[in-house]
Amino acid sequence: MDKEQTNHILNFLEKGIRFDGRKLDEYRQIKVEKGFSENAEGSARVTIGDTIVFAGVKLSVGEPYPDTPNEGTMMINAELMPLSNPDFEPGPPAIQAIELARVVDRGIRESGTIDTKKLCIKKEEKVWSILIDICTVNDDGNLFDASALAVLAALQDTKMPSYNGKIVDYKKKTKDTLPLNLKKIPTSCTVSKIGNHFIVDPVHEEEEKVEARLTVEVEEDGTLCALQKGGDKPLTAEDIDNMVGIGIEKSKELRKFL
Amino acid sequence: MSYTKRNDGRKFDETRAIEAKAGVIKRADGSAYFKIGKTVAYAAVYGPREIHPKFLQNPKNGKLRCFYNMMPFSSIGERVRPGANRRAKEIAMVTEKALLPVVDISKSPNSVIDVFIELPQTDAGTRCAGICAASMALADAGISMNGMVAAVSIGRVDDKLVVDLDYSEESYEDGTVADIPIAVVSRTEEISLLQMDGELSRDDLKKAIEMAKKACSKIDKIQRDALKKKYEVKNG
Repeated sequence: MDKEQTNHILNFLEKGIRFDGRKLDEYRQIKVEKGFSENAEGSARVTIGDTIVFAGVKLSVGEPYPDTPNEGTMMINAELMPLSNPDFEPGPPAIQAIELARVVDRGIRESGTIDTKKLCIKKEEKVWSILIDICTVNDDGNLFDASALAVLAALQDTKMPSYNGKIVDYKKKTKDTLPLNLKKIPTSCTVSKIGNHFIVDPVHEEEEKVEARLTVEVEEDGTLCALQKGGDKPLTAEDIDNMVGIGIEKSKELRKFL
Repeated sequence: MSYTKRNDGRKFDETRAIEAKAGVIKRADGSAYFKIGKTVAYAAVYGPREIHPKFLQNPKNGKLRCFYNMMPFSSIGERVRPGANRRAKEIAMVTEKALLPVVDISKSPNSVIDVFIELPQTDAGTRCAGICAASMALADAGISMNGMVAAVSIGRVDDKLVVDLDYSEESYEDGTVADIPIAVVSRTEEISLLQMDGELSRDDLKKAIEMAKKACSKIDKIQRDALKKKYEVKNG
């Protein structure tokens, strides 16, 4: 990355402003559209500035895991699609995609927002499994927060297909929604550190300069439910406390979109 | 029983509603959105850019490389496993061949022009929608081209030839169905994609091609209008 741009971004941050005119803790415009893909059981399209992420939910009936015989299952997969960023290549998920999927997964799993016991059809035999896919369409930074928002919106949008005990009839959607505990729904805010500054929602030019980032996932009452530090540089305890503070504060804004 | 009225009430030579937009993916060098009925395609073009590994470099010509992918939640029924299966690879290949006649690859030696097609929602006709989006995305990327490509699927449902099969027609149960995706180079009316699934008479094939040409000339206009719209100078 060229030095001029780095200096440009840093000079602006010194003045308490971003190079695109935003405040340090200001998100770009966020839009959440539920139900954009009719064939999915649930879907959402999230745009944050020029970043576009799709999430879709598919449901199927399968076997429970042996250690949780009366609970439904959930899987989250992320595709960093090569159409969304010149550096993404076709092929099996790269480590960045795996990290993204796992961080979003953790927030949902640990918050307990999905009541998986209610997804049990017959103990030890049949449960609903929720298969969630994240597809990036345009990567202009902050895929983490956009993806988390898209997945939660898609889960809220989900309608159970009809099931007669043997086969799932995907053409018949019922009115039943997923058993979600709304108070537990996690929001994800990723705080990034560049120099001595903390910013949220970096665009891709800023993202290339990020030294460290912390994804903070929070339930409605401010309880943390997942964390992930990324980036090459370490953080001090004070940094972390500041970043968590920003994360909790911004989560209130993000929650309004769900 | 013959197929006297289309399931969704369309005329036999009528496509579903089409929506097209250029420049929808900012990170890409060129991009487009093409929606026909409930089938939605996004295409993004990156390049010409360096090709890896190096031995693929050709000093005479660039390479046009296409990828086709249905998002895992895009179709009715079970989730589609991500990653290129045999079907996706074949479609990517025929897409390449469909577009190649209009792309001047001699202008980008040693390089690759990557075309990525993604489908978030499908209701038959995906390869054709993908080709329509890709042709627009290539133009939007400023790739040297000598024309555009439009594509549509012609179907034989029982005894009737129909334009732009949807899924309900593709899976018509009271008779047999043939599905014939066709791409037309708009300037010359040459055919750059032709496949067929099902049984068809030689006469019907001739008719199908004529129907495709007509439908594609309408699609071509929609593609061009969408491209022009992106570069429209707004007054005031």
